[in-house]
Amino acid sequence: MSDFVIFLIDAAVKAVLIIVGLVLGFAYTTWLERRFIARLQSRVGPNRAGPAGLLQPWADALKLFFKEDIMPTDADRIIYTLAPAVTSVPALIVLGVVPFGGQISLFGYQTTLGLADINVGVLYIVAVTSIAVYGVVLAGWASSNKYAMMGGLRATAQMISYELAMGLAILAPVMMAASMSMSDIIDAQQNIWFVFLQPIAAVIFYITILAETNRSPFDLPEAEQELVAGYHTEYSGMKFASFFMAEYMKMIAVSAIFSALFLGGYRFFGLENLLGGWMGPIILFVKIVASLAFMVWIRATLPRFRYDKLMAFGWKVLLPLSLANAVVTAVLIVLDIIPSFA
Amino acid sequence: MSLTPLHAIFALMSLFTVGGAVGVVLNRNLIYAAMYLVLSLFGIAGLFILLEAPFLAAVQILVYVGAISVLITITVMVTRCVFCKEPPPRQLTLVAVMAALVMVTLGFVIMTRFGGLTPAADVPADSIEQLGVAFVNPQAYLVPFEVASILLLGALIGAIFIARDDLPRDEEAVGGDDHA
Repeated sequence: MSDFVIFLIDAAVKAVLIIVGLVLGFAYTTWLERRFIARLQSRVGPNRAGPAGLLQPWADALKLFFKEDIMPTDADRIIYTLAPAVTSVPALIVLGVVPFGGQISLFGYQTTLGLADINVGVLYIVAVTSIAVYGVVLAGWASSNKYAMMGGLRATAQMISYELAMGLAILAPVMMAASMSMSDIIDAQQNIWFVFLQPIAAVIFYITILAETNRSPFDLPEAEQELVAGYHTEYSGMKFASFFMAEYMKMIAVSAIFSALFLGGYRFFGLENLLGGWMGPIILFVKIVASLAFMVWIRATLPRFRYDKLMAFGWKVLLPLSLANAVVTAVLIVLDIIPSFA
Repeated sequence: MSLTPLHAIFALMSLFTVGGAVGVVLNRNLIYAAMYLVLSLFGIAGLFILLEAPFLAAVQILVYVGAISVLITITVMVTRCVFCKEPPPRQLTLVAVMAALVMVTLGFVIMTRFGGLTPAADVPADSIEQLGVAFVNPQAYLVPFEVASILLLGALIGAIFIARDDLPRDEEAVGGDDHA
């Protein structure tokens, strides 16, 4: 076989594994959220389908598969149908640049765990998250429903407002590692994680990823008291499930990205080299689950922002703070006060 | 010259770019036109990747698809005619003349200033570092970069000034040009 064919098979297998992992992860993130939030509220949560309710996601999936698919008469048929897919795709492709582990050997075949470690990995992530807004805004428009429309517009305004602070927060680890490649950023954190060297950037980034994924307390686009269900008001069946799925897959993806940028990614002070390199993905998995649990904890703790407060917080607090953090980091690196890991 | 997978990708990306542009012009539904624009811009990003310029490709998607087209989409959605099917007026002749002018000008500049069509040269591995250094090098792009920055800053301040609603309505600035 030629090198090109081997490369194609290698990339295809990894891409399929990422997608399957995200979809399975989605199913069990819903389980984690429902069980964990039930505990936080002194309830039990779903515990009937299978041991500890572990089969509940499959039952929910089956139910949604067989639900009737309703389309409003006035809806724009093409865009209404495409919007759920447009929402899911960025969530599925954003993990393409995140390494899941180092070199491993499988039946004598050497490969790295991770799809494509491109040298502009961070830019790719920012670019993909910036197009994620289309699915939401198109769903809102195509539904021909003013609540859906308002939800879509809110989501757009929110996502483009918090994107700026997110980009500036990512600058800090990029400058520390002097590279936009995710694997270089992870390698730079071998001895100390960037969450300790760049705590402000880490906190700002975590807040903005909550806003980008429309998670509580930033779930304004689906504020049920004001907007019914926001942009997916008119969606039912599998199309509704796609939006649901996209939100949870985005949670997983941004948790993986947060781990890579600030928590050392798949590395844990040398422990990742155990089991012939297979310990790396397990370490990353633990970090992702911890981040997801933290998101659920936040949801159970904080009330939803009011819309004008949300905008003021994004533009008047997060943006200047992240800008100042980027400037101070740059100056400190030039003055050699904090180390650059170039 | 034998056909490689790159040729097929180039053909596909060109189809996206040109077909998307045709869709923008010919579609009478503004949202559809905006979506065709997104398709066209994605095609250009694909062409950048084929030219081994992943930085430009990512910036193309980030700036044009992720910011400018989103703003265009929002602008269309906050117009009075959000859900209506009534098409906007057509100005095909004017558009065709302008497009032809731009194409002739660009073609002329490329053929005379840059020595016509040349095959792509090898891309240095540290092209992003070179780009960053060129932006702060007075011999290279420092002045154009700073001029563009000041222009953008001016537009930003102007936009904020126009959007302020605590100004008295009879002030002249309120009725000013809002295309900043």
